[in-house]
Amino acid sequence: MTAAVDRRLLLLSEQDNVVVALVNLKQGDVVCIDGHEVSMRAGAPLGFKIARNGLAAGDKVFKYGAAIGSATAAIARGDVVHLHNMKSDYLPTHS
Amino acid sequence: MMQGWLRSDGRKGIRNVVAVAYLVECAHHVAREIVIPFRERDVHLVGFPGCYKNEYAYEMMYRLGTHPNVGAVLLVSLGCEGFDRRGLREAIAATGRSVKMLVIQAEGGTRSTILEGRAWVQQAREALDRQTTVPVAVNDLIVGTICGGSDGTSGLTANPAIGRACDRLTAEGAACIFEETGELIGCEGHMASRAATPALAEAIVACVDKAARYYTVLGQGSFAPGNAEGGLTTQEEKSLGAYAKSGASEIVGLIKPGDIPPSGGLYLLDVVPDGEVRFGFPNISDNAEIVELIACGSHVVLFSTGRGSVVGSAISPVIKICANPDTYRRLSEDMDVNAGRILSGEATLDEVGAEILGLVHAVAGGQHTKSEELGHQEFILTYKHFEPMGPGCLPV
Repeated sequence: MTAAVDRRLLLLSEQDNVVVALVNLKQGDVVCIDGHEVSMRAGAPLGFKIARNGLAAGDKVFKYGAAIGSATAAIARGDVVHLHNMKSDYLPTHS
Repeated sequence: MMQGWLRSDGRKGIRNVVAVAYLVECAHHVAREIVIPFRERDVHLVGFPGCYKNEYAYEMMYRLGTHPNVGAVLLVSLGCEGFDRRGLREAIAATGRSVKMLVIQAEGGTRSTILEGRAWVQQAREALDRQTTVPVAVNDLIVGTICGGSDGTSGLTANPAIGRACDRLTAEGAACIFEETGELIGCEGHMASRAATPALAEAIVACVDKAARYYTVLGQGSFAPGNAEGGLTTQEEKSLGAYAKSGASEIVGLIKPGDIPPSGGLYLLDVVPDGEVRFGFPNISDNAEIVELIACGSHVVLFSTGRGSVVGSAISPVIKICANPDTYRRLSEDMDVNAGRILSGEATLDEVGAEILGLVHAVAGGQHTKSEELGHQEFILTYKHFEPMGPGCLPV
C-alpha cells in the first residue's frame, strides 16, 4: 500500500487509477494528486473514489490493483468516480 | 483464560445455551413466549418458518441443535407441519444433550404449551448451570467472518484487520471461515492461486461462476443501496474489499452450509444454492449468512461493518468491528472494535488485528460482546437447496 502525497487520499495500489478519500472532502477543496493540484468539482465523502488521471468512456477502473468496472463517461483527474460515470463489468448495480 | 463445555463429539462450546426451536411459523409465538422469562439467562429462540419439508432446513436445524455452544434443546411443533420433528429429536438426543419436544396440538393449545415449555426450560437451565467447564485452546475454535453494511472504508480497515487476525488464528490451529461467494465475484482467480490443491482451485472458480450465474438470473448482485451511499460503486469493488477478510493464508477447503471444517485452516463457505434458481435470494440479510456460519460450527463470528450494523445472533457471539470512524462515533455502543483508527494513523492493521485476536480470547473466556450485552439474538432461516460438496474440496 503506497500513500498518496496528499494524506487525505489513499492510493491502494500503484496500478490504480483512483484514490480513496480518507476524510469528507467538499466541493472546492484543493487536493494534490501525483503532484497535480486539483480543485474538487464535487464533494467526496470518506471512502469515495477520486480519479487519479483522466479516463475515457470504456476504460477499466482499477482499485486494489484490480479492475472494479468500466468508465461510462469521460472522467477528469479529481472527479468523483461513482455510479454516474462507471459501471460493473459483471452485474448491474441497483441503488 | 478460554474455557467451555465439552460435548460428546469432542467439540467444546464457549457458551452453554438452551435453544428453543419452533419447527414452523405457526409455533413461533408459543416458542417466543416460552423464551421471554429467560431472556437474560442464555435461552435463545431459533426456528424454521416453512410448513413444507426442506433437506437444507433440516440439516441446519440439526447442526444448530447439536452446536457446541448449545447444551439443551426444546422443540416446539404445531403438529401438522412437514418438518421431521421426531428425526430431529432423536438426532439431538443421540449426542447426549437434553432434548424435549412439545406438540401444541397435543398439549392442549397455546397456554398449556407455554407453561409446559417454561417448566422444562427452567429445569434444563438449572442442569446446564451445574455443568463444569474445561480449558479451551485456539485449535478448538472455529471462527466465522462476515461483512455487512459495507462502505468504502470496510475494505481499507476492518476487513484487512480481520484478515490479519485470521492469519494468526489459523497459524495457531483454529479454523476460520469466509463466505458469500456472490460477494467474491471478481476474486476467483486470486482465490484459486491460494488453494491448497489444483482440484480445490477448480472447485473455487466453479462455485464463484455459479454465484455469478445465480445473481445474473436474479438481475442484481449482493449489493444494497447503502453500499453505494457509502462510496462503493460495483459488485467487484465490494468483492475485493470483502475478500480482504480472508487474510493471506492458504485456502485449505471449500464447504457448504452445515459442513464442519475437519481441521484447522482457512475455509471458503459456498452459500449460493445448487441447481436452478429457486426460493429467491441466496441470503436475504446478513443474519442468514451468520446462521450458516454458525451451522458450520463457528463458536464466534467476526462481523465487519462500515455503515453500521447493530445485529448479533442466537447461539454464537458476534464481535462487531467498525470500519468507519464516523460510524464508530455515532454507534460506539454497538461496536466492539474501532478499526477506523487505521484511517487517521492512530493504529496499524496489525495492531487492530491483534486487538481482534485478544477479543476472541476474551469472548471465548466468557466476556460478553456488545451485541450480547444489548440482547441481540437475531435468527433467520429460509428455504435453500444444496448438493453435497464434491471430492477434492477438503483437506486430506
